Amino acid sequence: MTTTQVFEYAPSPERIPGDDPLHGELMTLNMGPQHPATHGVLRLIVTLDGEQVVKCDPMVGFLHRGKEKSCETLGWHKFFPHTDRLDYVQPLMNNIGYALAVEKLAGIDVPERAKVARVLLMELSRIMAHLIYIGTLGIDLGAVTIFFYSFRQREELYKIVDAYTGHRMNNTYVRIGGLYADVDEGVEAMVREFLEQFPSALEEIDKLLTRNRIWNDRNRGIGVLSAQDAIARSLTGPVLRASGVDWDLRRKQPYSGYETYEFEVPLGSTGDCYDRYLVRMEEMRQSAKIARQALDRLATVKGDVLIEDRRYVLPPKDLVHTSMEELIFQFKVVTDMRIPRGQAYHAIESSKGELGFFVASDGSSKPLRCHIRAPGLMNIQSLPSLAEDRLFSDMVSLIGSLDFVMGEVDR
Amino acid sequence: MSAAGTAPRWAAALEGLPHEISAEQDGPCVRVALADLREALKRLRDRAGFAMCTFVTCIDGYPKEPRFELCHQLLSLEHNDRVRVRCTLPGDSAPTCSDLWPGAVWMERECFDMFGLRFEGHPDLRRLLMPDGYEHFPLRRDFPHHGIEPDRLYREWDRKRREHWTQTP
Repeated sequence: MTTTQVFEYAPSPERIPGDDPLHGELMTLNMGPQHPATHGVLRLIVTLDGEQVVKCDPMVGFLHRGKEKSCETLGWHKFFPHTDRLDYVQPLMNNIGYALAVEKLAGIDVPERAKVARVLLMELSRIMAHLIYIGTLGIDLGAVTIFFYSFRQREELYKIVDAYTGHRMNNTYVRIGGLYADVDEGVEAMVREFLEQFPSALEEIDKLLTRNRIWNDRNRGIGVLSAQDAIARSLTGPVLRASGVDWDLRRKQPYSGYETYEFEVPLGSTGDCYDRYLVRMEEMRQSAKIARQALDRLATVKGDVLIEDRRYVLPPKDLVHTSMEELIFQFKVVTDMRIPRGQAYHAIESSKGELGFFVASDGSSKPLRCHIRAPGLMNIQSLPSLAEDRLFSDMVSLIGSLDFVMGEVDR
Repeated sequence: MSAAGTAPRWAAALEGLPHEISAEQDGPCVRVALADLREALKRLRDRAGFAMCTFVTCIDGYPKEPRFELCHQLLSLEHNDRVRVRCTLPGDSAPTCSDLWPGAVWMERECFDMFGLRFEGHPDLRRLLMPDGYEHFPLRRDFPHHGIEPDRLYREWDRKRREHWTQTP
């Protein structure tokens, strides 16, 4: 067996006469980085004995753009557009995660209305990300209809987010100290309309999949993770909860006022791919429930969505054009925003698990360190041990059910 | 930062080990010397119930000497609290914790990849995000943002490929 290096050009070996892969000869197969079922640029070097996986070595880093380095070079404010491109199926969640970490470091308290709006946006993002999960896993396992059903719902969500933030993707809507702008009129009605029809749309997917024979055969008993294993491997989010561990940061270490919302945390029992599917389906229902509560609050909680602290917050554009002081503040915030010396780690429950930002400041205008704790990286790490001794076709359901996005894994 | 008013829950687990507890913006941190790092991590896992390692990373304080500070962020699901273990490294090597938490294998690989820290006893210390054969450590603060020879490996690979084509009859 030859070892393969990423950038070492290895010409294909001469074909040995009588070398038949069907007769127990090991075969090394390259899955990715351009394979549709790897959900991005993940490369898996799989050693196969017939159809059985003997060894699997994931290679990550094809989408490495040096986000942490960029943060340390650009400064606190200018990093927001970069957080969008981390987990690009839920940009708002990354925005908020980063903002919360910096706010914790600077000791900023966000206005109530911004908190409610953030919760609403985070829950809509969670639904968006889970819909991608269900759609892409469906299409990978041959259930093409699911893809259309879920992406139709996702399209509605993108329309809402477009109306809410001004962009479909890569929103950069969140700021240190709140949100960029308040929501336009009419958007709330759009969200309400969406949430009204969403449960029945989810039921349709549920009816097609949950008791589907093929879906059950390809997901049940695959990739079983025990609770201890999942904890030791630093797995979080739906993967951990599917193994029966009651751990949801929205419940356990609440942020943005999650402790005041009513919702349930779904748990699995066996920790296989099927349980992960069930957990995510239920999470979507619970997210819709939270979003509905947040929407009701948004109607009553009035006020600003951004704090008035000129040390950290850009002044409104109309004032910048008319007032000298505000222009100076604008200049200072953009070029030389300082955050007190210290360190802070803040984690949020993203759709993939614990998305954390560890920020450290030395008191100067550039961050000393910004580490992004990506849940997807840990999910890929546990892929080899789950795939070994299983059939190669199980790899597809495993990759789908671990649900990682390479933008976040590679950073 | 002054020491926390009341001793944190896990302080008893570190008894007898020289350490210093400080309060950061996100809660208590503990600072230990490199020689005690492994023992401290082991005790925090076994006696204080920190069953999950959230991340392992490093802060480069260049041009300060010694420049590297290793951070282990731990989480206890049972007690619902976190602790960050900080350790200033005199050189660029540290003991591994991947045998205590299997999840730390890739975290330490990333740390090696980005900062060039050697983790002694690590089972598989290879580059994670950067390609094999890359010679620099990008997250060190003396590494420029625009990179050093970012396409060198590609050009080498391309040259070998072309040579192969021209040589094959």
